[in-house]
Formats: sequence, structure tokens, C-alpha cells
Amino acid sequence: MKILVPVKRVVDYNVKIRVKADGSGVETANVKMSMNPFDEIAVEEAVRCKEAGKATEVIVVTVGPAASQEALRTALAMGADRGILVQTDAETQPLAVAKVLKALVDKEGLNRNGSGLVILGKQAIDDDCNQTGQMLAALLGWPQGTFASKVVPGEGAVTVTREIDGGLETVELKLPAVVTADLRLNEPRYASLPNIMKAKKKPIDTLTPDALGVDVAPRLKTLKVAEPAKRKAGVKVADVAALVDKLKNDARAI
Amino acid sequence: MSNVSGAILVIAEHDNAALKPATLNAVTAAAKIANSLGGDIHLLVAGQGAEAVADAASKVAGVSKVLLADDAAYAHALPENLAPLVVGLAKSYGHVLAAATSEGKNLLPRVAALLDVAAISDITGVVSADTFERPIYAGNAIATVQSSDAIKVITVRTTAFEAAATGGSAAVESVAGTGDAGSAKFVGQELTKSERPELTQAKIVVSGGRGMQSGENFKLLEALADKLGAAVGASRAAVDAGFVPNDYQVGQTGKIVAPELYIAVGISGAIQHLAGMKDSEVIVAINKDEEAPIFQVADYGLVADLFKAVPELTSAV
Ligand SMILES: Cc1cc2nc3c(=O)[nH]c(=O)nc-3n(C[C@H](O)[C@H](O)[C@H](O)COP(=O)(O)OP(=O)(O)OC[C@H]3O[C@@H](n4cnc5c(N)ncnc54)[C@H](O)[C@@H]3O)c2cc1C
Ligand SMILES: Nc1ncnc2c1ncn2[C@@H]1O[C@H](COP(=O)(O)O)[C@@H](O)[C@H]1O
Repeated sequence: MKILVPVKRVVDYNVKIRVKADGSGVETANVKMSMNPFDEIAVEEAVRCKEAGKATEVIVVTVGPAASQEALRTALAMGADRGILVQTDAETQPLAVAKVLKALVDKEGLNRNGSGLVILGKQAIDDDCNQTGQMLAALLGWPQGTFASKVVPGEGAVTVTREIDGGLETVELKLPAVVTADLRLNEPRYASLPNIMKAKKKPIDTLTPDALGVDVAPRLKTLKVAEPAKRKAGVKVADVAALVDKLKNDARAI
Repeated sequence: MSNVSGAILVIAEHDNAALKPATLNAVTAAAKIANSLGGDIHLLVAGQGAEAVADAASKVAGVSKVLLADDAAYAHALPENLAPLVVGLAKSYGHVLAAATSEGKNLLPRVAALLDVAAISDITGVVSADTFERPIYAGNAIATVQSSDAIKVITVRTTAFEAAATGGSAAVESVAGTGDAGSAKFVGQELTKSERPELTQAKIVVSGGRGMQSGENFKLLEALADKLGAAVGASRAAVDAGFVPNDYQVGQTGKIVAPELYIAVGISGAIQHLAGMKDSEVIVAINKDEEAPIFQVADYGLVADLFKAVPELTSAV
């Protein structure tokens, strides 16, 4: 079974982002970028499947500008076998990414012996869309196991435990299938120095959306990006009695 | 693809017995869109033996029709089965909405892709029938986005819209199901049971973080919560450490809450946590580190050891 893992390069989760003064977007120049944290979890899961003998190859793919290769190199250092960069400078919206991924699934023959798996992150922490995996599953006509906290591949099917609002849900999906990784699926490994060196020799293919026959033009137009409303500064209270007094008499919250 | 009316379809969320309150917030967002269009709002109840839900749905103010699709394939809201049903119906609507719950987020992007339209996640504002506000970067920026697609497929952040009132009397119409896609099977559920109010609906939320040190110590927060009639939440660190179940998590990737009062105990205030609670009306933080970022959003900050402060607070309220 081949596993395809789409990874996105995003502003590092520790960076306090700044909205551009002209309201056109968020400042990304000279900002630390990393692989989307959920995608690290997806890569880890795929690599573990391979290590457990349940997968034959782990292919990582990113859709974005040339610099997104960094995310691929990180994934290769974690143990993925090879990378694909689908290069575009366009803003990549989930529907477009899903179409690119569908084209790659077809090209790589993930469906060939009816057992492929695509593991994505559940959400990119820049656009916070939480859409791409579900859209890809729709386009492929495959079942989807979103927000996964446990993934157990078996013969012709995969059992996925999902984090839902009320607790946990378990579903059994026929392979091929799409899974999206939640935070508690695993703890991604740190790439060791030797593996980082080895990753430099692993192959990365470069393609374009055009070559795959996919139109990636955005469907949603961003009219403006603004700072959220700021909370007014609060006060420190000296002790519990003062807190209770404030809550009862000023805020009338209890 | 032509939409014959400016009508709006809202997907009802339920457990086959009761309508989930999140649906009511989605209806209010639909009403805001309808105001600028003059369109009708229809609620889709897809389930198994869900007549009681359809009945409750017909009483939601502002809803003019309830569509009931009763089929065993819809018993567990599997998106593989629901998406074809919604896609079939969607072609007569200009907008399809659902609450941005785990269920809505699971289903609507699948519907959107099948319709070859964008999905608009987690809207917090309606600017016009085609333009919406939504948070990005964990709520550290608000994007205003415009869709030119024929059908707008939208999930609604429940905390940003009031719940619709009851008092309607919509007709219930049966619609045919689209059957079982056969690709996914529901195996089971492990739902967290609690006597306390639901996290996203509670007027007061008491949340604990890594500072609680253990699941056992969460009893301190539960005692406070019980006195206040509050729900109990947690930071990711507390959930990852196994102190409480995963569905307690508040934040960018957990639940979004906006209660009248949020009490954060032993939580440092990482942006991912703030993303889930900073729209609360009043925020209290109890933390022993006076530099903790949580104090930057707290209306009332108490620098104290929680093991002393929380029991004191519990006996004082
Ligand atoms: C992709 C991604 C998504 C994430 N999503 C979420 C999310 O949805 N929700 C979320 O919460 N986090 C999320 N996180 C994690 C987040 O970055 C933080 O790591 C987490 O919120 C920290 O939890 P904490 O505040 O409980 O722990 P810590 O940061 O360790 O803080 C513990 C606090 O307790 C205080 N304390 C300790 N002992 C006491 C005591 N005796 N009395 C009083 N105070 C005490 C300390 O001073 C400290 O401030 C996410 C991270 C990533 C990368
Ligand atoms: N440009 C991209 N390139 C590769 N993978 C992506 C891209 N955008 C999104 N993804 C994948 O889709 C997941 C969900 O993203 P989103 O739907 O944007 O929240 C991410 O965690 C990635 O696994």
C-alpha cells in the first residue's frame, strides 16, 4: 500500500502574526516558517505504517512556491521516501489543493490494487479551513476518517477513531480511504542529523498544476484582512475576596 | 448550475432524538443572509426515526419548511451517505449552512467539493449574501471573503450568532434518501457523560491547564463548577497529559466557547488556547506566574497558587 501525505509550509505556530497595515493579508516575509503541525503528525503516522510493514512507500507532496520544498525535506528526514512539489505562486485554496491531490492519486496509482491511503492534517493553522481532506475524499469518491486519534489499517479496510464534539467515534472505512490527523494521533519524531543528511539525497519531483490539468485559481476573494477587536486591559486583584467582589458587583457575572 | 430560489438550506444536527442547540445558531446566520435576499430558510433533518427532531425543527422561528430524510443510512451522520443527499437538494438553494461542529466540519467540505464550489469555514459575520467574515491564524486576524460560486457552502461559528428562538410552525415534508454508499461503517461511540452543562452552551466555564498537575486535582475545578452551574474545560496540555477527556479541549483546534464568564486556572494562555475563549464576556485568570500571557486577556487576574485560591473561591461563591 502506498501512502500519500500532503504537507503545507505555514507560519510557525509560535510566531505572533502581524496583519499588514494595508489590510491585504498577514505579514509572511522574514517570518519563521515550518511544516503545518498537523502534517508532521500525518507524516509520522505514515512512516510508522511503513515501519510496521503495512505500507510500501510514503510519498509527501506540497502545493506552493519553490520554498515549500523545505517542508518536503523535513518530511523526508522524518522517513518519507520521496517528495513531489507542485509548484505555484498562486494562493492555494482547499478545493484547488484537493484537485491537485486527486490528480496525483491517479498518477501514482494509489487506487491500483484498491488499498491506497492519503493522510492529511486536519487543518492548516494559517487558513484554519479544515476542508482539504474532506474535499479530496469527495472528489475521489473515497470514505473519510477525519480528526483521527487512532488509525489501524487492516485487510482492505482501515479502522479510524475520531475526535468528535461529544467524545470519540470509531468508523471502519473501505480502502482506499482518506484520513485527517488530529493532535493526539501520535507524537512526531525529531529528525536526527544523519537522517537530515540522508534526506538531502532523496528525490523530489517538481510538477505544475497545469501539467496535472488542474486550474488552481482561487474561488474565494479575500477583500480584506483586519486585526480582531482588542479586549480592554483588565486589572489584577489582590485576593479571592477581591475577585469575588468584582465578579459580584462590577461584572455581575455570578 | 442555477439556483431556482434565494432559499437557504440549513443542515440540522441531532442524535435522532433531539435537535442540537448549535443548529439554532446556524439558523440565525441563515436569517442574516435571508434578510439581504428575502429568501426562505429550510431545515434538513436526515436521520433514522428522527420524527421528534423534525417536530422540534418545525418550531424554530424563521424556518419555513423542514425536510425529513428518514433512512438507516443517516443514523450516524456518515458524510459518505449524507453528502449525496445534500448535494441533490443543494441545487435548488443559493446557500447551504451547518454549524461549525465536528459534524458540520466533516460534512460540508465534502458537499462543496461535489458541487465544485469553495467551502467557507467557521464564519463569524455576514456582510452580505456573498461576503462573510471568518477568523484565520487562530483568530489573530479576521478575513473578509467574497464568493462568486453559485452555491455558497458555509459552516457557522456558533458563538458568533445568537440561538434562534422557537415559535415557528413549519411544515414537515419527507424527502427520499439516497441510500448507503457502502464505503464507511459506524462501529461505535464513546461519549463523555456529564451532569454539567455542555461546554459550548454553558453560561460559565471553568477550565484547567497543566498547572492542575493531575486528573484527580480536576475535582477542585468540578466543585467550583458545580457551585456556579458551570461546565468544565481544559487546555490541550491538560488533555494530552490525560487529566481529562479530549472533548474538554478549548482552543484553535478544540472547542470555541464564549460564555458570560470564563475562569482559566493554571493555564498559561498560548495563542492556540486564547483562540477558543477570548470572546468570552468576562475572563478570570488564576495563575501563579504574574507574567503568564493569559493575564493580557483577563478582566480579572489573580496571581496565586491555584491549590489555595480555587478552594477559597469555591467556598466564597
Ligand atoms: C497546532 C497546535 C494546536 C493547538 N491547539 C490547542 C488548543 O486547541 N487548545 C489549547 O489549549 N492548546 C492548544 N495547543 C497547545 C498550546 O500551544 C499550549 O501548549 C497549551 O495551551 C498549553 O497548555 P497550558 O497553558 O495548560 O500549559 P502550560 O503552558 O504549561 O501552562 C501551565 C500554567 O500553569 C501555571 N501553574 C502551574 N502550577 C500552578 C499553580 N500551582 N497555581 C497556579 N498556576 C500554576 C503556570 O504558571 C503556567 O502558566 C496547540 C498547539 C499546536 C501546535
Ligand atoms: N498547499 C498545500 N499543499 C499540501 N498540502 C496541503 C496544502 N494545503 C492544505 N494541505 C493539506 O490539507 C490539510 C488541511 O488543510 P486546510 O483544509 O487548508 O485546513 C493540511 O493539514 C495539509 O495536509
